[in-house]
Amino acid sequence: MADQSAARGPTWTKWLVVAVPYLWLLVFFLAPFVIIVKISLSQTAIAMPPYAPVFDGLATFWDNVRELSLENYVWLTDDPLYWRSYLSSLRIASLSTLMLLLIGYPIAYAMARAPKSIRPTLLMLVILPFWTSFLIRVYAWIGILKPEGLLTVALQGLGVLGPDEQVRIMNTETAVFIGIVYSYLPFMILPLYSALEKLDGTLLEAASDLGCPPVEAFWVITWPLSLPGVIAGCFLCFIPIMGEFVIPDLLGGSETLMIGRTLWNEFFSNRDWPVSSAVAVVLLVILVVPIMVFQNYQKKI
Amino acid sequence: MSKSVGPVKRKFAPWLDPNAKPYIRFEAVTKRFGDFTAVDNLSIDIYEREFFSLLGPSGCGKTTLMRMLAGFEEPTEGRILLDGNDLAGVPPHRRPVNMMFQSYALFPHMSVAENIAFGLKQDRMPKPDIEARVAEMLKLVKLEKFAGRRPHQLSGGQRQRVALARALAKRPKVLLLDEPLGALDKKLREETQFELMDIQYELGLTFLIVTHDQEEAMTMSDRIAVMDLGRMVQVATPAEIYEQPNSRYVADFIGDINLLEGRVAAVEGQHATIAAAGLDRPIVTEHAGSAKAGDTVWFAIRPEKVRIGLEAPTDPSLNVVAGEVWDIGYLGDVSVYRVKLPNGTVVKSTLANVTRLVERPIGWDDKAYLSWPRDAGLVLTS
Repeated sequence: MADQSAARGPTWTKWLVVAVPYLWLLVFFLAPFVIIVKISLSQTAIAMPPYAPVFDGLATFWDNVRELSLENYVWLTDDPLYWRSYLSSLRIASLSTLMLLLIGYPIAYAMARAPKSIRPTLLMLVILPFWTSFLIRVYAWIGILKPEGLLTVALQGLGVLGPDEQVRIMNTETAVFIGIVYSYLPFMILPLYSALEKLDGTLLEAASDLGCPPVEAFWVITWPLSLPGVIAGCFLCFIPIMGEFVIPDLLGGSETLMIGRTLWNEFFSNRDWPVSSAVAVVLLVILVVPIMVFQNYQKKI
Repeated sequence: MSKSVGPVKRKFAPWLDPNAKPYIRFEAVTKRFGDFTAVDNLSIDIYEREFFSLLGPSGCGKTTLMRMLAGFEEPTEGRILLDGNDLAGVPPHRRPVNMMFQSYALFPHMSVAENIAFGLKQDRMPKPDIEARVAEMLKLVKLEKFAGRRPHQLSGGQRQRVALARALAKRPKVLLLDEPLGALDKKLREETQFELMDIQYELGLTFLIVTHDQEEAMTMSDRIAVMDLGRMVQVATPAEIYEQPNSRYVADFIGDINLLEGRVAAVEGQHATIAAAGLDRPIVTEHAGSAKAGDTVWFAIRPEKVRIGLEAPTDPSLNVVAGEVWDIGYLGDVSVYRVKLPNGTVVKSTLANVTRLVERPIGWDDKAYLSWPRDAGLVLTS
């Protein structure tokens, strides 16, 4: 036994390797999260930072703790703005994730079935938009979608719209969906492509050999075997879309409620850090649920 | 050729019967991939209940031939007939043949039982019937206890059995096996060979098997087709292929053989004398084949038919050459002696180690005499 542990090297190096990612998560994820939870439980104050102190020395520690309350969370349930924003975000995120899947799957499938020699080029084309700033790409959509923008010009040129008509997409939810689907498509395609590319073509031949027509073979072989990619792609899109701020702010109108925007307003316009922290904590809880479902699913495979 | 060699397995030889109808027929089939000709104007007839092997090195077109029968490739020219019906344009899922894939191609997201039931479900077979058939198949391949396992939880040999059961479940008339035993170790491979033969015989199926392993083909087949560069070189029973190869390619591909180049001095019927370079006396043989006097030919003789001894044999009818023992390979059951003739040609002789002698009388650098009877070898013209 002694020989064995000696062969594996000293124990502390092993711990060091294991500790690095945990330390990273502790410093950059858990600690900020605790701070936000703490802020969400305190009171607004006209100060810098704009909330009542929670910890300023051991002497007043218990006084401060006693002043913590769930008042901000209660406030979230009182004002319909918040739960409407959450629901609206959920709806937009779910719908756009579904659209991304419907558009992304055929693209990823075609890429995975393309000749091996052109696959790297296709992959490059999917990644290419990342070379331009996200903000600039979203701004570019304003140029396309605005009433006197490129889309109007093009449709007028084609005779679809009369010379006095204009497209009314800018500042609507449609514009938000267009922006989201455009921006997040690579995040859907890449995991789908990697799942579909790994798929062994002889499985489809075997299915066909056993009497399965091609369309049915897709549903009984390709689709179930690509599910890990589908789930990964949906999560990669759904979670950030839930908290999306830039796209609804630039492309959406005032009626497009999204929680990211509400959070921003609370933070920067109202300077109500405790309430906005509470909004952020609730958002996190909402997102943890699907992640747990996903993990549970992965354990089953 | 002369008489047929040895008893034919199970007295089954429909290819000798002029009235027998072939079950699978390749008619002048050619398959090209771009500039590459994978199968070149090839015709074969395969009969019902036959165990037929396609044997050849990789790239000889044997897998392409099988994939054309399964429907994964269409022939560029020629026709493939199954039980008299042209298969052109019939998609794989409508062909009454099933294939066992080299990689097994088991569905990783389905259990063993679900894999076996897959083809039956496609046929819309009633559920109780499917269950009964799956149970029967599991019993056939001795995997009853593993019905609920996923393919990745099985060993290589077990996966091979699942693949076989899945391909057999639909009771196809023809089973195609693409290198079915390639991934198994030697012991398991030998065992499985006999199991496959039993299953084929019991179910009365036609097996078409692709292999590059000559031992596998020899053991299992009724007939073997030796292929090279998309062409059929010889189609015959294992014994004929071994004892009467029609070319140096087949002789060399199947088993071990000594090839001595020479010129035919005289022919009379099947009796011929051949002057081979480096031999003092001409070789006398009773199997001249199609050789004519003056032809450049190759005298072919299997190592186990060459006797080796330290004394010159006295029987005047034997062919005898003298040489120096160059190398000895001890394989346990047999020893291989490589004897160098005065002109540098090396002739192999295998000797069965029938006694338990540790010290062999013949050693390195000994002068030894090689001898063989007149009917032991044969003359090859190509």
